[in-house]
Amino acid sequence: MSNSANHTNNYRRKFLAQSAAVAGLAIAPGIVLNQVAHAKADADKATDANRWGILIDTNKCNKGCTDCVTACQTENGWGKGETLSNKEQQAQWIRKVTITDKQTGHVQSLPLMCQHCETAPCVDVCPTGASMKREDGIVQVDKHICIGCRYCMMACPYKARSFVHEKLELQKATAPRGIGTVESCNMCAHKVDKGEDPACVTACSKAKHGAMIFGDLKDANSAISKELKKNGGEQIRADLGLNTGVRYQGL
Amino acid sequence: MKKPVFKQIDGNTTNYWMLLALLGSFVLAAVGSHFYMEHGGHYVTGMNNQIVWGLPHVFAVFLIVAASGALNIASISSVFGKTAYKPLAPLSTLVALALLAGGLMVLVLDLGRPDRLIVAMTIYNFKSIFAWNMILYNGFFLIVGIYMWTMLQRNMNKYSKIAGFSAFVWRLALTTGTGSIFGFLVARQAYDAAIMAPMFIVMSFSFGLAIFLLIVIASYKWTDRPLGDAMFKRLKNLLGVFVAGVLYFVIAQHLTNLYATEHHGVEAFILRDGGIYTQLFWYGQIIIGSLIPLAIIYHPATANSRSAISIASIFIVLGGLAQMYVIIIGGQAYPLELFPGKEVSSSFFDGMVNSYSPTLAEALLGIGGIAVSLLMVAFAVKVLRFLPESLADEAVDPHHSK
Repeated sequence: MSNSANHTNNYRRKFLAQSAAVAGLAIAPGIVLNQVAHAKADADKATDANRWGILIDTNKCNKGCTDCVTACQTENGWGKGETLSNKEQQAQWIRKVTITDKQTGHVQSLPLMCQHCETAPCVDVCPTGASMKREDGIVQVDKHICIGCRYCMMACPYKARSFVHEKLELQKATAPRGIGTVESCNMCAHKVDKGEDPACVTACSKAKHGAMIFGDLKDANSAISKELKKNGGEQIRADLGLNTGVRYQGL
Repeated sequence: MKKPVFKQIDGNTTNYWMLLALLGSFVLAAVGSHFYMEHGGHYVTGMNNQIVWGLPHVFAVFLIVAASGALNIASISSVFGKTAYKPLAPLSTLVALALLAGGLMVLVLDLGRPDRLIVAMTIYNFKSIFAWNMILYNGFFLIVGIYMWTMLQRNMNKYSKIAGFSAFVWRLALTTGTGSIFGFLVARQAYDAAIMAPMFIVMSFSFGLAIFLLIVIASYKWTDRPLGDAMFKRLKNLLGVFVAGVLYFVIAQHLTNLYATEHHGVEAFILRDGGIYTQLFWYGQIIIGSLIPLAIIYHPATANSRSAISIASIFIVLGGLAQMYVIIIGGQAYPLELFPGKEVSSSFFDGMVNSYSPTLAEALLGIGGIAVSLLMVAFAVKVLRFLPESLADEAVDPHHSK
């Protein structure tokens, strides 16, 4: 082999080695980040061993009290900051609803939020799968793949969802919100994953109303299951057959 | 009947360039509206958390529905073997593709995150009729595009029958999908009905043909090409049947709802108490969109007048937009029935008729969709051979005796 050919081969080897090194350096941070992103231990994952639910006793729910709403706002960072949107455009993850019987005049008050349906219409209609149900029954929106088509809002029987109409700042790390995407109550999944109650339930107990019980509907010994077995609990729009995770007493 | 000779339009007239400039300015206005809405968010629109689909959706769904209807003329010639319609079959595919493109543009530019369109194109939830629609829309472009090709290229002509048949089946599926977007909404009183899918199909026949007829009349008049009475009468009589068809479905839908007590609330809202929606229903959809066009199409005094039929077609388009407005926005304005038999109130406007005032930006975006469609047609007939040189009676009527 001539000298010049050797020289060329050496040059090629060097070039390939350097290219590989550069490519490696370029990919490595991505791989590390990917591992960090997927670092959650399997043991912590939501599984279908649980189905989280909330039971609300409307007879205990205080008509003037909005502590559950305020607690949700504080926990998830909605309710202020949407300064450009009008009232009809501002997000509401949970609201107090007053219902009056047209015949008897009987007035009731209750909190209304995502009902975490087993067969959720919002999950069915979402084209990208951004509207999703966790294994443990919590329904929420993956804001990374929500395209903002709002079909889930058309489909939800409970008007539980809101669309973010403007840019937002100073969000909670546990509840990221994004312009042009849809959001709703996710039963404080970040708290539930740590073994805590959703913020609204905690606030209701703190106010000494005790109208809300959170727990595992699949665990026969949980407080919510025992109460449901003993005194029952209704679904709003039960006719739709959605098997909601949020139930009501005294409707 | 002679073999039709297709020829590009000359298109070097001032009027042609003015038309392109006019349509182009509407397209630019739509793009401007889009950036305005996307820049800071949808708070600048009339949409809110109660009325989540606004005026852009009215235009988008109208155009998508009309798109599949515009394919009718081609289907009638290829699938049902009516050779009289053959000269207009290529134009029919062109108008169909252009209307779909215009409608989809509006739909996409109104998304909360249009920058994530690639997500919608790559991740599918197959239980969602929306996801199926994306496949149906893309497939429509492909199949109708191939169909158009088999008609435009002579050595491909032998495949045009099978391509035309595929396109026909596909367009029925597409409009079924569009109607089902509403038909599958179990929660809302105004939707959740199987009749939505077939009604949308008949609506597509009517709206699509009205737009197609307007394009044919205008392009033949503006290019001084002959359009004989034979073709004109066929098209306008067909249009009359379709308008009556839509009216039949609308009557069937409302009569069925009126029978069920459960639906009395929403029916009273649309037909009697709904304010703007009631007015749009009776004056827009029924009188302007159906009864007046039917009278014009069948009354001996107006039946043969090109300008009268053009007005009837414009009325059908306006009535169609009114119908979409009543279906899409009226359907959302009526409150969700969360607690039947009870009065409901909350900070989130439960139990109230929801308000919606469309903004200029939304209107311009919607109109821009129509402009995109017309611009595509105007451009394509100049560069490709879509329009027959003559649609005079002897050119289209196999039994013409003169």
